[in-house]
Amino acid sequence: MSDNPGSPAIQTRGLTRRFGDLVAVDHLDLSVPRGQVYGFLGPNGCGKSTTIRMLCGLLLPSDGDIRVLDLDIPRQAETLKQHIGYMTQSFSLYRDLSVRENLEFVARLFGLSRARRRQRLDELFQTYRLEALSEQLAGTLSGGQRQRLALAAAVLNEPELLFLDEPTSAVDPQSRRDFWDVLFGLADSGTTLLVSTHYMDEAERCHRLAILQQGELVAEGSPDQLKQRMEAVSLLVETDRPRRAQHALDGLEGVRSCAQIGATLRVLVDDEAALAPVRQRVRTVDPDAGVNVTDVNLEDVFVAATLARARHGEAQ
Amino acid sequence: MIGFSPRRLWAVVTKELRQLKRDRLTYAMIVGIPIMQLLLFGYAINMDVRHLPAAVVDQAHSSRSRQVIDELHQARVFDFLHAPTTADQAQRLLRAGDIKVILVVPADFEHRLTTDQPPLQLIVDGSDQVVQQAARQLSQFPVRAYLNGQSLSPPAAQVAVVAYYNPDREAPLNTVPGLIGVILTMTMVMFTAIALVREREHGNQEFLITTPLSSAELTLGKVLPFIAIGLIQTSLVLLLGKLIFQVPVRGPLLDLYLAALVFIVASLALGILISTVVRSQFQAMQAAIFTFLPQILLSGFMFPFEGMPRPAQWFAEILPLTHFVRLSRGIMLRGADLSSLWPELLALTVFSVVALSVAILRVNKRLD
Repeated sequence: MSDNPGSPAIQTRGLTRRFGDLVAVDHLDLSVPRGQVYGFLGPNGCGKSTTIRMLCGLLLPSDGDIRVLDLDIPRQAETLKQHIGYMTQSFSLYRDLSVRENLEFVARLFGLSRARRRQRLDELFQTYRLEALSEQLAGTLSGGQRQRLALAAAVLNEPELLFLDEPTSAVDPQSRRDFWDVLFGLADSGTTLLVSTHYMDEAERCHRLAILQQGELVAEGSPDQLKQRMEAVSLLVETDRPRRAQHALDGLEGVRSCAQIGATLRVLVDDEAALAPVRQRVRTVDPDAGVNVTDVNLEDVFVAATLARARHGEAQ
Repeated sequence: MIGFSPRRLWAVVTKELRQLKRDRLTYAMIVGIPIMQLLLFGYAINMDVRHLPAAVVDQAHSSRSRQVIDELHQARVFDFLHAPTTADQAQRLLRAGDIKVILVVPADFEHRLTTDQPPLQLIVDGSDQVVQQAARQLSQFPVRAYLNGQSLSPPAAQVAVVAYYNPDREAPLNTVPGLIGVILTMTMVMFTAIALVREREHGNQEFLITTPLSSAELTLGKVLPFIAIGLIQTSLVLLLGKLIFQVPVRGPLLDLYLAALVFIVASLALGILISTVVRSQFQAMQAAIFTFLPQILLSGFMFPFEGMPRPAQWFAEILPLTHFVRLSRGIMLRGADLSSLWPELLALTVFSVVALSVAILRVNKRLD
């Protein structure tokens, strides 16, 4: 599969999947470079899981072309399965088997010899800190432990390409940080990772991102590129009365969205020309309020991209 | 498809066995169902009638009438619980359901014995067929001969019914061979019907289909452990049947096991097929029971095959249990071997091949 190292790990053209009348994925053009952590950012139901399942060959596309690791999918899906790992959204290993038994089973499915199996299991126990848990039943593990086991199973065959579908949804913040350290370790050793998430802080860590909304690709690039390219300005309103200030801004020309974050208000506006009218409107509620331009973050990018698409849809 | 790998198949088999080892309930069912069914059909569900609640109206009050009543009591068909003085009182008891039978000894009993008139009258609860049947048997009772001092055995019946192969007409003898099939149907179909759906319900399937495991490997891997379990159950029923009810195996034991093996595979194939159609474990259970009922009712296990209407007979020929009941009765009771029963074996084989092929084609390697 590495006969063409320059080619993208994943390439899709016009990828579409319909479930009856619902278009879950709509003409998606993707190009995922090798050796990177590539993020799929989007709300629930935006088509992230459906796309991943089509890329693995688990679902047939309604339309479009897929090439993964230079294989034609779904035609060569069975060959692909030797070279990918897939960590499903919900825990999909056997709860009534121990950690060791689960991994042993997966190792045998991939045809590892007895000696190689023992060696690989020891490596995984170390890397994913499962040594002490090896005889414990998977069903009795905590969220974070279970996730480490799932990842260990997904990378057992040393895949070139690893799919992770919302891997950290059931995990505490410390486990999430540790988990991402492991993901970067995998990327460093040459694995391509495709991670779907709806957490902004996770998206921020990815090398590249695709923002999906209602099955469509609304923005794509590295987090920095996305921020630079954004055609909007973010304002930070510091006030004692954030809720009233938010109401005051309702319907003001140039204001795209408003979100309260603690005692501050984050206002997304079209451009800097909106700064003065926003300041004026806010001070009618709270004369002491501070209103200033602030750095754009990924959430702003996400909101701007999805809002633009929503408006575009309404205009049609 | 990457072809078939015995190594992956074995991986699934060992995984199944490990899970089974931890599943106490299934474990208990494997042993519990055969024992329970054997005792149930062997002791409780008995077509031989004994101890029917009865009343006796003795209007003759002679030593001979008491002698006859006592003799009937000894036969244990009736338990004379009441001795009302009038027929009216007795009928009230019958209507209330307290008794099933009234024996009337008329006042002119002694006189009737010397004429052609029937000396005794039996009034039975005709709403119960079993009771009617028992009463008819009793009408053969040789009252006159008995009272004339003749020996009671052999009974002076006009028509002698000679039961071949089960001379004492003991129910367990007839029941146990078919019961092996009933128990295997019950457990094999149910366990495997649940097997594949469980993987889907627990989300295991989504992971499995991203591995190189093929649907044939998965399906066969799930079936193989149950073949061993089925043979263990067969042995258990045979052993207990021998120890408790003295049920013989007159034909070759190896042939019996071979027949059981083919029947087990047919039942497993049916279970796997169900598993590929249903959406949840609950539906799997329902579907298993749905296939179980016609098998138990139409196979000839409970009711004679010959007594069924033609279309029911044709339908029954499709059911695996029909063929196994013939095989097991043939081998165990008539001492037949497989060479004379090969059409039944062929029918089971065809059923297995068809069901298993359809099932493997239906086990999807995709989610849609």
